Amino acid sequence: METETLKKTKTETTTMSGSEALVHCLLAEGADLIYGYPGGAIMPFYDELHKHQDKLRHVLTRHEQGATHAAQGFARATGKVGVAVATSGPGATNLITGIADAQIDSTPMVCITGQVGSHLLGSDAFQETDIIGISTPVTKWNYQITRAEEIPEVLAKAFYIARSGRPGPVLIDITKDAQFGELEYAYQKCTQVRSYTHTPQIEQEALEAAAKAINAAKKPMIVWGQGVLLGEAETEFKDFVEKSGIPAAWTILGVSAIPTEHPLNVGMVGMHGNYGPNVLTNECDVLIAIGMRFDDRVTGNLETYAKQAKVIHFEIDPAEIHKNVTADIAVLGNSKESLAQILPLIEKKSHEAWHQKFKDLYQIEFDKVIKNDINPTKEGLTMGEVIVRINKQSNGDAIIVTDVGQHQMIGIRYADFKQSKSNITSGGLGTMGFALPAAIGAKMGAPDREVVAIIGDGGYQMTIQELGVILQTGAAVKIVVLNNEFLGMVRQWQQLFFDKRYASTDMQNPDFCKIADAYSIENQRVTAREDLDEAVQKMMASPNSFFLEVMVEKEDNVFPMIPTGASVSDIRLE
Amino acid sequence: MKKTYTVSIYTENNIGLLNRISAIFQRRHINIESLSASDSEVDDVFKFTIVVNVTETQIKKIIGQIERQIEVIKAFYHTDEETIFTESAMFKIKSELLFEERQIQNIIKESNARIVTVNKEFFVLEKSGRRAEIALMYRELKPFGIMQFTRSGRIAVTKTEMPITTLLKQIEHKDEAAFAKSSL
Repeated sequence: METETLKKTKTETTTMSGSEALVHCLLAEGADLIYGYPGGAIMPFYDELHKHQDKLRHVLTRHEQGATHAAQGFARATGKVGVAVATSGPGATNLITGIADAQIDSTPMVCITGQVGSHLLGSDAFQETDIIGISTPVTKWNYQITRAEEIPEVLAKAFYIARSGRPGPVLIDITKDAQFGELEYAYQKCTQVRSYTHTPQIEQEALEAAAKAINAAKKPMIVWGQGVLLGEAETEFKDFVEKSGIPAAWTILGVSAIPTEHPLNVGMVGMHGNYGPNVLTNECDVLIAIGMRFDDRVTGNLETYAKQAKVIHFEIDPAEIHKNVTADIAVLGNSKESLAQILPLIEKKSHEAWHQKFKDLYQIEFDKVIKNDINPTKEGLTMGEVIVRINKQSNGDAIIVTDVGQHQMIGIRYADFKQSKSNITSGGLGTMGFALPAAIGAKMGAPDREVVAIIGDGGYQMTIQELGVILQTGAAVKIVVLNNEFLGMVRQWQQLFFDKRYASTDMQNPDFCKIADAYSIENQRVTAREDLDEAVQKMMASPNSFFLEVMVEKEDNVFPMIPTGASVSDIRLE
Repeated sequence: MKKTYTVSIYTENNIGLLNRISAIFQRRHINIESLSASDSEVDDVFKFTIVVNVTETQIKKIIGQIERQIEVIKAFYHTDEETIFTESAMFKIKSELLFEERQIQNIIKESNARIVTVNKEFFVLEKSGRRAEIALMYRELKPFGIMQFTRSGRIAVTKTEMPITTLLKQIEHKDEAAFAKSSL
């Protein structure tokens, strides 16, 4: 069918305006749901959107940042490219946080911004800003279109670059005259760009060397990241883990690639990860990193990180090899292919004694931390017990969208994931305000799935206006605010490292339930443990959106914790 | 150990690419000592020549980040020993000095500088060579008064082959193969 369209477009062209062409380009790329906010310089495009609203749905967010996070949530839940649209000037600059977030978390996104007429460029015109200059360091690629006839080719390239290889955000800035201008429209999908190799070729030698090291290992450990999800390599990864019998730990963006309950899953690595995988990172003999980038929140002090281990790095982006941790063996390429190719070279093993070490350390963590988090005996409610109740009601099938802070760490540590693409969070950039709009995007992308946003009282207020989208569209997002009336994570650091000087972290909050009322969202506030079960049940049973506020213990801390600059094996349990 | 490296970046001709490349150095707080942009030996392929003083570990990471940019075809780094390099400088000096100061004529002769133009008011000297040679000439001319001085960034060629042409041929070959496939 694709070739038919190609043949057709090669021979037939239609005269149309740049903005109409833009609509057709989006549809040709399968983008039929986009997020944005109109304004002067993008009005010709919005006029076309109005005409084509039966085919291309536009969701009006209440701030351009919300449009980017919604597009990100959509992309993360579906694996498709998310699209966000804004006008020039402040509209465009408001996209930057979401773009930076998508860049560091490798999320495929295309942002389209209007720009002042090309004759005004550089003249400090009304709502003119150099968005190409501003977005350069945070985009995978960006381009300014000044002539209508450039639109099809540039849009094709934009989608191709955003989704191929290591995905990322692309920004296309289109002057108003290019939107009004006419062109002979014909669309051809982009299949390659001369200067861009999206996926390096797998070297057989590297695969063989990696297999040899894995087979010879006595205490091997896997750390996998989002690369497994982005490469859609869940099956290949599961096969690899099961055949090799190697304990597998995840980074915050890697979770849900295999079910949480999988017996070979040993938990999260990093600052607030699990005790076992962090401690044993410094004891394993072979460390197999798959689709992860050794972020400083994962490695702690690099000088003491896995120095005893032979490091094998499976990675699609050559720039990540040796960037933070020197790899002894680098297997470049797409994880789906490299894992499939290495599988026959791997010996079937079980590493029982080595697994026992993870279990022993888990037991220590359970007794000191987990037990009290999920089954507290103290009066105050914990974040952990809320998550556990959500798991029970969702049966592990929900998409859990978290914001940034304590609730994020607790949420991801205790959430039960049965399906892939179920964890959506701002990992690399740590963008407070991410969760609410991202959850809206995720729900629209995966309408058949339950989407639960877990947010702190701080982050919630950063993008709270996006409740307007729920009001207008009826997106059935479940919102859980874990309210400790503090910027909890910063407060925790102040307690531990700044002698309890709580500078600007206590929050006087509005009545969140009244706000939910104002947006016609059913809601409930829980202050006592005995009401929690029923409230969570009610929320999850609702076919509509629901707002649940849980007043949790004000000064609880997240443990385990690797203090900044410490070694992963110096992780603290209290 | 820090060293002087000449970075050669082969790129598509794209507005804004220089911005992307310089941002990579800026993020890591690395000062660009010189930069020049020009055509390359391959048609429609442009070249940036950038000189920086960094460690080899740093330069390897930087090359990775540069090559990750969509419009960069390939980037290489070389030490001074591996390259033939030169800079070019111009000196504008009052014409009367050329006749009054015998020493100036000696400097021109000894430094292998070239007189680009002479008119009633001033004459212009052009000198190509290593940084030290240009610096020496500058020091020698300074006492007589230099009206204007300017020096270009380093340009360089490598002693060994730059595998860019073969690489591009491979890409073009792939292009043709892909085209043949798509037209089937």
